[in-house]
Amino acid sequence: MRFVDEYRDADKAHALSAKIAGLCEPGREYRFMEVCGGHTHTIYKHGLEDYLPERISLVHGPGCPVCVIPMGRVDDAIHIARQPDVLMTSFGDMMRVPGSGGNFFDSNAEGTNIRMVYSPLDALKLARGNPDLRVVFMGIGFETTAPSTAMTLLRAAAEGLRNFSVFCNHVTIIPAMKAILDSPDLRLDGFLGPGHVSTVIGCRPYEFVARDYGKPVVVSGFEPLDILQSIYLLMLQLAEGRAEVENQYSRVVPPEGNPVALRAIGTVMEPRPYFEWRGLGFISHSALRIKDSYAAFDAERIFDLPGVRVADPKACQCGEVLKGVLKPWECKVFGTACTPETPIGTCMVSPEGACAAYYNFGRFTRQRVKEASGA
Amino acid sequence: MCLAIPGEVVEIDALRPDLATVAVSGVRRVINTGLLGDAPPAVGDWVLIHVGFALSKIDEAEAKAVLDFLDGIGQSYQDELAALKASRIE
Ligand code: SF4
Repeated sequence: MRFVDEYRDADKAHALSAKIAGLCEPGREYRFMEVCGGHTHTIYKHGLEDYLPERISLVHGPGCPVCVIPMGRVDDAIHIARQPDVLMTSFGDMMRVPGSGGNFFDSNAEGTNIRMVYSPLDALKLARGNPDLRVVFMGIGFETTAPSTAMTLLRAAAEGLRNFSVFCNHVTIIPAMKAILDSPDLRLDGFLGPGHVSTVIGCRPYEFVARDYGKPVVVSGFEPLDILQSIYLLMLQLAEGRAEVENQYSRVVPPEGNPVALRAIGTVMEPRPYFEWRGLGFISHSALRIKDSYAAFDAERIFDLPGVRVADPKACQCGEVLKGVLKPWECKVFGTACTPETPIGTCMVSPEGACAAYYNFGRFTRQRVKEASGA
Repeated sequence: MCLAIPGEVVEIDALRPDLATVAVSGVRRVINTGLLGDAPPAVGDWVLIHVGFALSKIDEAEAKAVLDFLDGIGQSYQDELAALKASRIE
């Protein structure tokens, strides 16, 4: 119970915990999915599961954009980086994601130039400063990040930069949630909606979950109290027989989202017919590609991509973890063959990945304690 | 890269009004505020920053709360700050 000792609002947390417990119907089990990797991080870091009745379990969703990039896309990125005069750029989190023949660091050891950047605008600056290099930015992320890539591409177009392009791997959250809701091996009672994605898309896109699937969604902030409060709101909806989209994070998330960001995405990107998610397989309309009108900035068209589909390693159970069917430590290679230093699957790479978050912080959750005591 | 971090706007670029200098945990860096559209931030405002762009304006109390949260998560925040320090947006 580190959370109790360390957290300044421990009293409020206890009060919420009691209110949540009071809403549990006898004999009923509850499963809520937190879609966002940031939430997973907070839950493990603060041991929030210890604050919940045993009958409520939290299932970690596919909300870490690094974790869902399939091996074939990593290989494609390395293929681009191997072309003459290419300077490939990507966020630091991508550097350790394994492809079929190694990660970006391994590739650099063999001569490619793949550099970490903080922002796509840093990649743009590299393009301006290195006119004889072809600078490619590997865009990854959900709707939180896609507007930044789109704005950068628009800027490159306005400046008439000829040596900048985007390898677009942006994914969208709604089709992924729908795929999870349709997956037969998972029964959920509701969702904690992602906070930052929602600053861009707003709350309306989640309405299908309430309307078509009859399950509540509460868009949640990232602090421990936000998450407990959101679980309380989910429980309250269930107790009152409601299924609605609620906004616990209204201090940051406007219900209609960010129209400027949505416009930027819509100007340069469009949905792909389908996209492969690591572990989850192909999901239709679940990712974005560059529109024809910006083809000159689309690395997929500039460079001939092998586009080979690479099967996930046999030992890897990321798919089950991403769907919330398995807890991270139930994977056969968790913490043995697969660690943050030598990840086999992507959930171990980014700090927001469920396996990495659990590996770093999760050793004292209630299941672990029970296992350790042989109960 | 999934983190959004709060920064206080300390300067707006006179020639490029979509660029602002922000102070984040003692680091000063230029970010782009174009996503805030026709409600650009003023000096003294707090914004949530994600990969070099201001994602939304927040009040000071929220900024403080997010900073507490980030301090609590440790290494990934340090990594994000290190990445931000290396950033040279213009
Ligand atoms: S332990 Fe490694 S291989 Fe297993 S699910 Fe997690 S990331 Fe994937």
